[in-house]
Amino acid sequence: MTDVAIIGVGLHPFGRFGPKSAIDMGADAVRAALADAGIDWSDVQFAFGGSFEVDNPDAVTSRLGLTGIPFMDVYNGCATAASALQLTADGIRSGQYDIGVAVGMDKHEPGAFTSDPVDYAAPPWYGEIGHFLTTKFFAMKINRYMHDHGITPETLARVAAKGYRNGVLNPNAFRRKPITEEQILESRILNYPLTQYMFCSPDEGAAAVVLCGADIATRYTSTPVYLRATTLRTRRYGAFEVHASWAAVDQDAAPTVYASKAAYEQAGIGPEDVDVVQLQDTDAGAEVIHMAENGFCADGEQEKLIAEGATEIGGRLPVNTDGGLIANGEPIGASGLRQVHELVLQLRGQAGERQVGGMPRVGYAQLYGAPGTAAVSILST
Amino acid sequence: MTPFAPDVFTWPSDEPQLIGGRCPACGAVTFPVQGSCARCGSVDVEQHLLPRRGTLWTFTTQEFLPKEPYAGGETPETFRPYGVGLVQLGDEVRVEGRLTEADPAKLRIGMEVELTVVPFRVEEDGTEVMVFAFAPVEQGEG
Repeated sequence: MTDVAIIGVGLHPFGRFGPKSAIDMGADAVRAALADAGIDWSDVQFAFGGSFEVDNPDAVTSRLGLTGIPFMDVYNGCATAASALQLTADGIRSGQYDIGVAVGMDKHEPGAFTSDPVDYAAPPWYGEIGHFLTTKFFAMKINRYMHDHGITPETLARVAAKGYRNGVLNPNAFRRKPITEEQILESRILNYPLTQYMFCSPDEGAAAVVLCGADIATRYTSTPVYLRATTLRTRRYGAFEVHASWAAVDQDAAPTVYASKAAYEQAGIGPEDVDVVQLQDTDAGAEVIHMAENGFCADGEQEKLIAEGATEIGGRLPVNTDGGLIANGEPIGASGLRQVHELVLQLRGQAGERQVGGMPRVGYAQLYGAPGTAAVSILST
Repeated sequence: MTPFAPDVFTWPSDEPQLIGGRCPACGAVTFPVQGSCARCGSVDVEQHLLPRRGTLWTFTTQEFLPKEPYAGGETPETFRPYGVGLVQLGDEVRVEGRLTEADPAKLRIGMEVELTVVPFRVEEDGTEVMVFAFAPVEQGEG
């Protein structure tokens, strides 16, 4: 199997951009990634595009050049971008192609996501009676987790404050103002125990990466970053998951745990080898829980680790160095490729004011979303 | 009065029960009943009435007016927060439901709760639409 290298990354900033379409943002992200790789669109042999709002991300070809390449569209909830990345990598791993692009784009209305619950295998009345809210699920999950493992609201506020602080250092972020822990704790409760400033917001943006076979990567760049693992897992019977009217008493681990274990195995490394981490922080509680679900600490250790600053850019386990979802918001199709963009900059030493010290070698990205789907990508120099 | 949806809870009843599903092949219990088993995929799922009492496994409050398809009929001005819990019914299944209590200070993980049916909205013709909810069991009563 051919190993895969990332030779280009590109991002359209995340935020609000008036009438600009998701397709046009996607085209900007691809152009940026191509420029980073030093190649032309005509060199690209195939692509995968991910989006929630755009039915056909392949329409981006009308902005980049109608070259006739295979361009396939994917959707996997908040894990969409990881699916685009994995399938593009698989196209190269299989030997079918040499160079491909994965791109994600989205343009959401403000406010919590909504849809038809029936499409998530939930009962038709689930939304009618006010249960069809991702924010409610994350609040219930962290409330139980805090009860079981001694996590305090102050820790959630620290996580959110770190997100905003890192966003200040990221010119592409949506939220670029620091917010204090006190302001976060005192902001309006949306779903107990989570306050307004502990949540990310749906927004707009796009991100793209250029992948090629590892054997030819040095033709394009002197600093290739290798994609060591790409995994995606759906929920198992017994997991407590978003958009479900019931959960089994016979409890099983969240899909992130399975995606993470498989990714470490695929990469042949462990969590102790990881230098910089991007986690799905739909809310501050999700970042806390995902630290443990991805093997970076035991349940409950987050309370001490976060108080000590371990997850800060200067800490020993930097998490969400670009501000994560809390500072960037979540254009669903693009979010996971935003994580990869940040990891690649970090591993190349190009992250500017956000650069983690000690020449990081291994980066880790995790996504989680409806209806219980998680994905992990591991990168290394 | 009319239930918000058919076949979700027994009605009319002084002691309403949620109508779940049970798989005769593997014993998995779901709520509501669904056409096939979530654990083994068997298509022979049977209707199964769930216990009325349980314990609060976790909870939150819904403090903002949900978007459509929410059909509570409130406006941002009239909306009042409601509690939502995941309730473990015996050793059978955990189900999501509204709570009659919306004050987190009065809710506690592990507390005993009981199924009840409460008004959800009022139709233009005055019909009360009823929804299932869990009410904390008064201490000393259980």
